[in-house]
Amino acid sequence: MSAQGSYRLGAGGAIDRAASVAFKFDGKALTGCKGDTLASALLANNVRLIGRSFKYHRPRGVMALGSMEPNGLVEVREGARREPNIPATTVELFDGLVAQSQNRFPSLRYDLMAVNQLASPFLSAGFYYKTFMWPASFWESVYEKAIRKAAGLGRAAGDPDPDGYDHVHMHTDVLVVGAGPTGLSAADAALSAGARVLVVDENAHVGGALAYEREDIDGAPASAFVDAATQRIDSHDNGDVLTRTTALGVYDHNLVVALERVSDHELTPGAGKPRQRLRLIRAKQIVLAAGALERPLTFANNDKPGVMLSSAVRGYVNRYAVAPGRRIAIVTTNDDGYRTARDLIDQNVEVSLIADARDHASAVSSEIEGRGVPVLRNTLPQKVLGGVETEGLALQTKDGAPVADHRCDTVAVAGGFNPCVHLTSHLGAAPYWREDLLAFVPDIDDKSLQTAGACRGVYDTRACLDDGAAAGVEAARRVGCDVVSRSKSSTVALDAANVFEGPGDGKKSFVDFQNDVTAADVRLSAQEGYEAVEHLKRYTTLGMATDQGKTSNINGLAVLAAARNVPIDVVGTTRFRPPYTPAAIGAYAGHHRGKEFQPIRRTAFHRCHEEESAVFVEAGQWLRPRFYPQGNEDVFAALKREAAAVRTSVGVCDVSTLGKIEIFGPDAAALLNKVYINAWSKLAVGKARYGVMLRDDGYMFDDGTTSRLAEDHFFLTCTTANAARVLAHLEHTSQVLYPDYDVNFVSATEQWCGLALAGPKSRALLADIVDGFDVSNENLPFMGIAETTIGGAPARIFRISFSGELAYEINVPWGWADHLWRKLRAAGEAYDLTPYGSEALAVLRIEKGHIAGPEIDGRTMASDAGLGGMMSKKKDFIGKRMALHRAETSGERPSLVGVKPVNTSERLRGGAHLVASREDGLKDSLGWVSSVTDSPNVGSWIGLGFLKGGMEQNGRTIYASYPLKDEFVEVELCNPCFVDPEGERLRG
Amino acid sequence: MHYIKCPWCGLRPESEFQYQGDATKKRPDDDAPIEAFTDYVYFRDNPKGRHTEFWHHTGGCRQYLVVERNTKTHEIASVRYAKPHEAKPHEAEPPKEGETS
Repeated sequence: MSAQGSYRLGAGGAIDRAASVAFKFDGKALTGCKGDTLASALLANNVRLIGRSFKYHRPRGVMALGSMEPNGLVEVREGARREPNIPATTVELFDGLVAQSQNRFPSLRYDLMAVNQLASPFLSAGFYYKTFMWPASFWESVYEKAIRKAAGLGRAAGDPDPDGYDHVHMHTDVLVVGAGPTGLSAADAALSAGARVLVVDENAHVGGALAYEREDIDGAPASAFVDAATQRIDSHDNGDVLTRTTALGVYDHNLVVALERVSDHELTPGAGKPRQRLRLIRAKQIVLAAGALERPLTFANNDKPGVMLSSAVRGYVNRYAVAPGRRIAIVTTNDDGYRTARDLIDQNVEVSLIADARDHASAVSSEIEGRGVPVLRNTLPQKVLGGVETEGLALQTKDGAPVADHRCDTVAVAGGFNPCVHLTSHLGAAPYWREDLLAFVPDIDDKSLQTAGACRGVYDTRACLDDGAAAGVEAARRVGCDVVSRSKSSTVALDAANVFEGPGDGKKSFVDFQNDVTAADVRLSAQEGYEAVEHLKRYTTLGMATDQGKTSNINGLAVLAAARNVPIDVVGTTRFRPPYTPAAIGAYAGHHRGKEFQPIRRTAFHRCHEEESAVFVEAGQWLRPRFYPQGNEDVFAALKREAAAVRTSVGVCDVSTLGKIEIFGPDAAALLNKVYINAWSKLAVGKARYGVMLRDDGYMFDDGTTSRLAEDHFFLTCTTANAARVLAHLEHTSQVLYPDYDVNFVSATEQWCGLALAGPKSRALLADIVDGFDVSNENLPFMGIAETTIGGAPARIFRISFSGELAYEINVPWGWADHLWRKLRAAGEAYDLTPYGSEALAVLRIEKGHIAGPEIDGRTMASDAGLGGMMSKKKDFIGKRMALHRAETSGERPSLVGVKPVNTSERLRGGAHLVASREDGLKDSLGWVSSVTDSPNVGSWIGLGFLKGGMEQNGRTIYASYPLKDEFVEVELCNPCFVDPEGERLRG
Repeated sequence: MHYIKCPWCGLRPESEFQYQGDATKKRPDDDAPIEAFTDYVYFRDNPKGRHTEFWHHTGGCRQYLVVERNTKTHEIASVRYAKPHEAKPHEAEPPKEGETS
């Protein structure tokens, strides 16, 4: 007995006995060895009860090896790094590891919630559907609270994940999934043939199942073959072996997404290292060598701590030098139970009994019997005896004759093997039943994916090596290597009894351990009509737990088949979906979290704004100045000051985020005629024009000002939000709708930065900064443009106005931003130049009645916004036919109006409904308020909105109803242009 | 995730493209009956199997591509420009055995 656990064997195993590892489980300090998993270390310390089950709080322990484990789930680590529902079998032991058991109250051994077991008749299949039907109000107040307290597994950390995650894109000729004998052999063969090869395996070790077996290959221990093959592949320039890397899923066109656990075997990730790495692997060929999973048998109390898979018992003895018990009984349907017996006896662990469901002997069974192990043939397990842990086994013969109860502390179960078909299922290939193998095997005919070895039913190691080599050579041939195909191995009929379930009513016979689904649940589901396999899955939750039904699926199908009295292949299978094992959301997010969730776009003036103490606002990915507070100003004070400055003096605003597109080519004007509702052919060079675009369905898409810089060169601007969509729309129009047009585009949003200079003093200020250019009304009239220089900077000046004041938009190349800003600020001192942000911009445009995003919401026609007159009758344009048809047929539509409160001290709200009288509810709504602002120039709140009848109602008094705040405001309908409706200021 | 062989840029991942729908629909002439426009704007088939689609190479050459794709198997039979070009540096070839698309 060693200090590293009383159940540690004296010799053997792949652990490092010299390296002691200290860890804690449920607060208790324990030690294991380097090379242990948490599961093997717990078993070595005789900790067999490690968790409580999901629904019934039944005691559970370790059942399996690796990621297939359904029972032995724990919380690992503490604080922000705590992760729930981790199979202890997948946790590599490290110094300082802290793990807790789950779903128990107050303690693991004395769990009060285990009374759920007494209530289990009421928690059977479909119980949620049947029990909590009404009243609906009880769901939140009573049922949900009770269920959440009782059911469930581990607790999420609750704090932000402190670790980092990487994404890596990889390309390879051949990807081999699984580094067992088949996979290594396939990789070796493909590499030798000249292909580039990548091998991934979910385990920390290579060798697959061989790592758990005592087996020879070519007269030497299998580990010699494994080490040599791995060395050969990994040291080759074209070969790589990645361990701790699980192929989570196969997606279209040979994309395999794999999760590499870079640091999970350490206390914390090393400096600069990610916790995990998601590898997106594009492979020309995939060889699936994923192996097979042993399945349990279904009988009463088969979930009790101490009941384990036969191959797992063998694996713990061979790899971890841990005896899972002192007195082990084996129930088997095939030779696997005897292989376990042999390895146990060789390590001096007592095998007290073998119950074989078969009626005949085999070579290995005779050998084991000859070594003195009692063997009962034709015998099935009926029930595991004991309290919290296993104390014995009740048996019956196949004919139902009683057999004396057997005393033991561990039951090893060998129910046959399920080829690991999960990844083929991701591609939509349903497996088919092989009666000779008693297993579903993949049915996939894919020109870029092959299965090999145990995952297609080839179990013998020698045959697996040959099968892998054949698949590797074939993969290499398919990627163009000059090799000759080899023949694949044949499958060999399994000497096994066709038995899945022991005798009994199945009420405590677990099929899905993690979701607490019993054989009785499956039968009840069938009896109640949910006999289609996909219905069974949803009704009972069979196979829906985090283990994706690795141990439960086929056993559930077998029970269903028996209940329906049909062969199992008639029942069929449900589809396995990615991910193969659970993966942290952080791994999928990679770097894309927090500030790196998406790019932040800053305009060229960003530093200038910061110097002016701007408060920024996110506009899509852009950061824009919202307002520039002075002293202790709040947003309202600042925006009023800024907006007033524009009306009385001059203001400057960053408009760089507007979408800007340069359009070149002899057909540029013709293209604009198609995308805009108004005409462009006759626009003179040196002039700008406002344009409106529609979608094909006739609704407004975008608006903006476009200028003609030359006969065949236009400069288009569009809204910030639609910049990308407008470019795509132009490309669609020119490439798909009118491919004969000779026209090209380039986005110039980040090539030209822009400032709006607005206010009565803007011309005087502009005159001071341009290099001798005449900015008089005669030389640069409204809607005129100029190409000139400002302090040496090339500049395009557009005399356009969003604010309704005399205004100019000045564009300079992005790199000249700082220069332009400083020049304006210096010259602007004489004019009290005031920077204004997006808040003041909104005030100014609402005062002027200019529509923006809240008005162009995807349901607005140009005529609704008072722009119907712009629609050309002489040409076709996108959206014209549908717009005209809709205008003719859709009756009276809400159209643009202005609103202001009758009582000027009252506030308006965007989203308010417009109703005719105080008695009207929202069903009588005549329209809505789209944009509002507290206007410093009008002296009250004002708003834009849409109303049935529109401006015909001018002067009428109605009500703005805002039920969310119980507000009801009497409003007067008015011209939506509140400031200078004749437009004298902007033309002056 | 699909791999699409852009005739200009070569084999590129789906994330560089934007799906733009059925490429068999043709915009009617402006004097066509309203029913033709209704069909063009609102109605799309959802075939299982071979389909002809637009994919816009937004993260690449900005070309609209016409892609013949099997919606059941995701196999891509051909890729060409929506707008014919004179220069075709990587004209799409039928995929070789073992290659996807």
